[in-house]
Amino acid sequence: QKSSVQTIGEEQIQNPYTELLVLKGHQDIVRFLVQIDDCRFASAGDDGIIFLWNAQTGEKLYELHGHTHKITAIAPFSSSDVTEEKTDLIITASADRTVIIWDCASGRQVQKVSCFHSTVKCLTVLQRLNVWLSGGSDLCVWNRKLDLLCKTSHLTDAGISALVELPKNCVAAAVGKELIIFRLSASNNGSEGWNILEVKRLVDHQDNISSLVSVNDLTFVTGSHIGELIVWDALDWTKQASECNFWDSSVHPDVQPEIKLSQSPHDTSVQHLTSDDECVFAAVGKGIYVYNLQMKRVIACQRTAHDSSVLHIEKLPNRQLISCSEDGSVRIWELREKQQLPAEPVPTGFFNMWGFGRANKQASQAAKKMHENTPVYFLELVGDLIGHSSAVQMFLYFGELGLATCSADHLIILWKDGERESSLRSLTLFKKLAQNGDLQLRL
Amino acid sequence: MISAPDVVAFTREEELEDDLYREPPLPEEYSVPLFPFAGQGANPWAKVAGSKFTRDFILISEFSEQVGPQPLLTIPDDAKVSGTFDLNYFSLRIMSVDYQASFVGHPPGSAYPKLNFVEDSKVVLGDSKEGAFAYVHHLTLYDLEARGFVRPFCMAYISADEHKIMQQFQELSTEFSKASECLKTGNRKAFANELEKKLKDLDYTRTVLHNETEQQKKANDKGYYTTQAIEKANELASVEKSIIEHQDLLRQIRSYPYRKLKDSEFHPYEPECALDRADVGSDQDPAASDPAEPGETPLYTHVPSYTPKLIKAKSAKCFDKKLKTLEELCDVYFFTQTLDQLHHIERTFRGDVCYLLTEQISRALLKQQSVTNFLFEDVSFLDEKPPEKQYRGCQGLGQDAIDEKCSEESLAPKVVISLGSYKSSVECVPIKMEQEMEDSEEPKMSESVMSEHQENLDYLDADIKGSISSGESIEVLGTEKSGSGLTKSESQASLPVMPSPQAGRSKVGSRRTVSEDSIEVLSTCPSESLIPEDFKASYPSAINEEPYADDDEGGLRFTPRANPGVDDGQDDASKQESLVQVDAACCIGKESPNFLEPLPELGQKPCEEDGVVRIPPQPYRPAEQGLRGGFPSHDGLSGGLLPYELDSRYLSGSREVSKSSLDECSDSTSYISSAASTCSDRTPSPAHLGSAAGERHRKRAGQNALRFIRQYPFAHPAIYSLLSGRTLVVLGEDEAMVKKLVTALSIFVPNCGAYAKPVKHWVTSALHLVDFQKWKLIGLQRAVSPAGVNVLHALSRYSRYLSILDADSKTLRCPLYKGTVVARLADHRTQIKRGSTYYMHVQSILTQLCSKAFLFTFCHHLHLPISEREPEESVVSRRMNFLKLQLGLANEDIKIVQYLAELLKLHYIQEPGQGGNPLLRFDYVPSFLYKI
Repeated sequence: QKSSVQTIGEEQIQNPYTELLVLKGHQDIVRFLVQIDDCRFASAGDDGIIFLWNAQTGEKLYELHGHTHKITAIAPFSSSDVTEEKTDLIITASADRTVIIWDCASGRQVQKVSCFHSTVKCLTVLQRLNVWLSGGSDLCVWNRKLDLLCKTSHLTDAGISALVELPKNCVAAAVGKELIIFRLSASNNGSEGWNILEVKRLVDHQDNISSLVSVNDLTFVTGSHIGELIVWDALDWTKQASECNFWDSSVHPDVQPEIKLSQSPHDTSVQHLTSDDECVFAAVGKGIYVYNLQMKRVIACQRTAHDSSVLHIEKLPNRQLISCSEDGSVRIWELREKQQLPAEPVPTGFFNMWGFGRANKQASQAAKKMHENTPVYFLELVGDLIGHSSAVQMFLYFGELGLATCSADHLIILWKDGERESSLRSLTLFKKLAQNGDLQLRL
Repeated sequence: MISAPDVVAFTREEELEDDLYREPPLPEEYSVPLFPFAGQGANPWAKVAGSKFTRDFILISEFSEQVGPQPLLTIPDDAKVSGTFDLNYFSLRIMSVDYQASFVGHPPGSAYPKLNFVEDSKVVLGDSKEGAFAYVHHLTLYDLEARGFVRPFCMAYISADEHKIMQQFQELSTEFSKASECLKTGNRKAFANELEKKLKDLDYTRTVLHNETEQQKKANDKGYYTTQAIEKANELASVEKSIIEHQDLLRQIRSYPYRKLKDSEFHPYEPECALDRADVGSDQDPAASDPAEPGETPLYTHVPSYTPKLIKAKSAKCFDKKLKTLEELCDVYFFTQTLDQLHHIERTFRGDVCYLLTEQISRALLKQQSVTNFLFEDVSFLDEKPPEKQYRGCQGLGQDAIDEKCSEESLAPKVVISLGSYKSSVECVPIKMEQEMEDSEEPKMSESVMSEHQENLDYLDADIKGSISSGESIEVLGTEKSGSGLTKSESQASLPVMPSPQAGRSKVGSRRTVSEDSIEVLSTCPSESLIPEDFKASYPSAINEEPYADDDEGGLRFTPRANPGVDDGQDDASKQESLVQVDAACCIGKESPNFLEPLPELGQKPCEEDGVVRIPPQPYRPAEQGLRGGFPSHDGLSGGLLPYELDSRYLSGSREVSKSSLDECSDSTSYISSAASTCSDRTPSPAHLGSAAGERHRKRAGQNALRFIRQYPFAHPAIYSLLSGRTLVVLGEDEAMVKKLVTALSIFVPNCGAYAKPVKHWVTSALHLVDFQKWKLIGLQRAVSPAGVNVLHALSRYSRYLSILDADSKTLRCPLYKGTVVARLADHRTQIKRGSTYYMHVQSILTQLCSKAFLFTFCHHLHLPISEREPEESVVSRRMNFLKLQLGLANEDIKIVQYLAELLKLHYIQEPGQGGNPLLRFDYVPSFLYKI
């Protein structure tokens, strides 16, 4: 099975990242990266410290101390009040049962709340309503001034693991196996008063919901630990489609059940979900799957994209996909369309591209069935970034500024396009030359 | 790096390399003896074989009021050094050319003795019989017990090489001034201390006397004074007078710094001002050998435990008492400081003058390359304080406009002076032959420059005239007033001059008649001493005088011809002449790679019939202010390239040329056994670059590198890895072997900034990405342990960033190299034998690379579009074309230059004081495994 992990040689023409900066500062696992604006991001992790970085220069802007335990959630909160100028805030929640709001411009702590009964595990900002929500064992709604507007009753000891904003002032919270829809409604008397009501409980998942992502205004998707993927209608909260066992190499789950048994539950857990308008990209175990929302099926996959679990994936605008994994590597994939000739007699090459470990008969039949009338997609590895010595927890794509990755080895690495950096440095150089007056001919 | 000192006749290097590397000795009959005349104690290159000492040394002498001139000590303090040289005799010589205006005593109209703070005098003299030439620095120290309170001393740098003294006059003068300033500072403190004690004594004596007188008065009821009483009263009166005198002296000595500070030129060695004040800001003079330690402050604060003594009215006769030693005169601390400084001087000027000059030239040139020199130069060199070059001209560039500008701009505090001398020299020319106008010239010269020293000057003149007219046998090559030698008028170079070899006589020197004496005055120049280089300049000019000179000597040796007809004041002209010709000579020195080529277009005859180059490298005068950073104009570059930059001699550096010249120097004989380079010294010249350790390291690194390129056929890709910034890991079990390889390869590693080379000699733990950012060359332990497995695992994980040289299995895993630069750099068939020679060969090729990288980095249109609409692609293609066609780079060589260019950019744009994030650049290129 080992050989099934696709590798790419040292020659990676399409890999633009030929320069890196190592950002040191954290003393423990770095778990979160969050973008503040075009050129700043924050990092947080188990050491309880939050760092603000300049994504272009790698300069450490601020070091925010305030939490005594590890950070459990972080969210940017940029207020765009008409009255005041835009201020960038970040909200952080920690295992010390506090939530702190920081000002990114000054690097100072704005406010701190420590009235929680449990650790806040997720934070969501409802920009439209200018409130933010904290999810722990209950769900609280706060305004910018850190006034508690309303809260739900105690939901569960395990706490809310994920929150997503839905249309019509609704939020979906993943609580264990259940998905609870809450609605926020303005209270009748006050201007700042809000009520939160539980609207619906969805109990379609067989196991704990591990990821929850909103695709567009009409759809959101959930994934569970045993690899169920459910597409929900965001308005009436009905199940639009579901896919389970799609991680299985045999498309038909009734065939060869021993393969399924051999897989540990961890290998089938939906670790992370991301989406664009057409597709949902799921990191399932070691593999990456592309699920097309219209066709309602998996159109491409890479069953063993990494040596171990994929922790985070993200879709780039240019049909590329980046994944990072516990094996410490970051890989860049490209979703390519391949027109398969219908008369192609030997589809083995095709299977290899799909990443099938072994091409068994059933699979070939299934594949044949699948590509009869549709274009065939596959994920091609176009580059990998090796730098971290431990699991890469998360990454942040900054467009042409590069890519920031954070890892359990306490480091953050900024990957940059060497060509671009080089010409930027030339530009700086000539600016400085002109500044110093060295361009003038000296007599 | 720029010029290889190897071209200087090597006597013998103290090879400290491993015995392993030493070449097998030649059979006796084939070997050329290094010192053919060594048996006779002679130097094969010595023009004057008669010198009785083996190497340069420093002599301190005193004119003792008891025994006359006597040598005090030599540096180095080794009897072997001075050999049979008669120090006593030479002390007499050097002490008798003391032109200091040392006058202390009762000036007319003054009731009290007056201390005169005299300037040091600086004289060059030669004794051809003894084969000794000396730079002599006279100074006066104060001693309360000495006659007239003064003790004349002198420090002399004695060498068998006249040219060395002449050419290094300015440097010697600067360095000795520091030593002298140190001595005098200590002396002033000691003197003031002594005065205070004396005052206490006197005070006590007065009290005692007073009491006695009172008692006598009381006891005396007879109404008249006994003779005893009268004597006592007289004694008391004289003591009181003495007290006043001493108080006055104390006031004078304490007021010294305030007086002196009015001089714009004066750099206090340290503010020794008031004795009871702590030594604050004692290191005002950055060149002072060492600031005063705080610990020594108590030495100068008043010692309260001093018990006054009773002083007899009549002091002992001067011959009875023991004079203070120099150490006592100047206080132990300052004495040791001075000795340190003198040792430093001895070390600095050790060795052949050619070597010194080449070294100075290349250092000066390197200083100018402030943009690129961090890449491959020694860190120690970059850290060094800039040497205090006194000259600011750029005659070497022959750009008179620049000269004048920078002399006027750069010498802000000295403007008055430099303008003054400038003016005088300008006016001097038309009247060159008109002797009657000389008198009117003289005051003009003095008024701006010398007004502060007017008083002293008078003495000085008197002194000179006195000593010369006495028909003494000692003659002076040049004297200089100290403190005033800091400026020179660059404009002189630009003046048109009439060649007139006879004009070069100094006004004083010319008065003398031919004497049979062995010591001859070559020139003295008390008032023009503002232009100290002229002395240096006037020496090489002699070569150019040949066509005009009617005698055969032609002036390689600037021997004086008695010429009483030529009058004073023409020395200016002759100096100007010589400076003009130095221009050309300087150029030779500057282009030292091509330094062997005769330059007929310059109208010179550097080579004589026997093909021996007779021009030693000329002192380089950097254009310190003119071209900051040494930038070529980018305006000029944007249109096309400056012609010289595309000169293949500079850029492509034809292999043959460099090879042949280097091969020559790897021999111990040299084609340029210049007649001028009299090696009076068998000890190797220490590099200015500092420590002998650095030199030794270079040698060893060069030797190891030579071995490496001979031993390993895959040396080229390995070196390419280093030059292109890909970290090279040397993996091996044996620490010594790995370290040796790392040392060998370290000479190819470009620096990332002005700190230590990114080389790690020995690592035992697993490497991480951060290490590759920091280190570009790593020695790594291969161990058969679980940890060792981790190490190897990390290596394979990060293999894309690494080249791995396995020292045990002799394999190399790294990207392919198909360029040509490294082949030049590391030719395994090279004939170079010496480590240091190879090191310099490497440095010269690397310098070529640096210059290419510099051009590439700073060509505006290579990186930015010329017009707004120009697409990025055309800039890229222009860039590649430049690299390939203009710089002549092939294949992977481009990567090297690009990497160096990135380093240059980073270095330039980095804010000072801010370390900047080290970044790791890499390429996704396949690696190959090389085996032997």
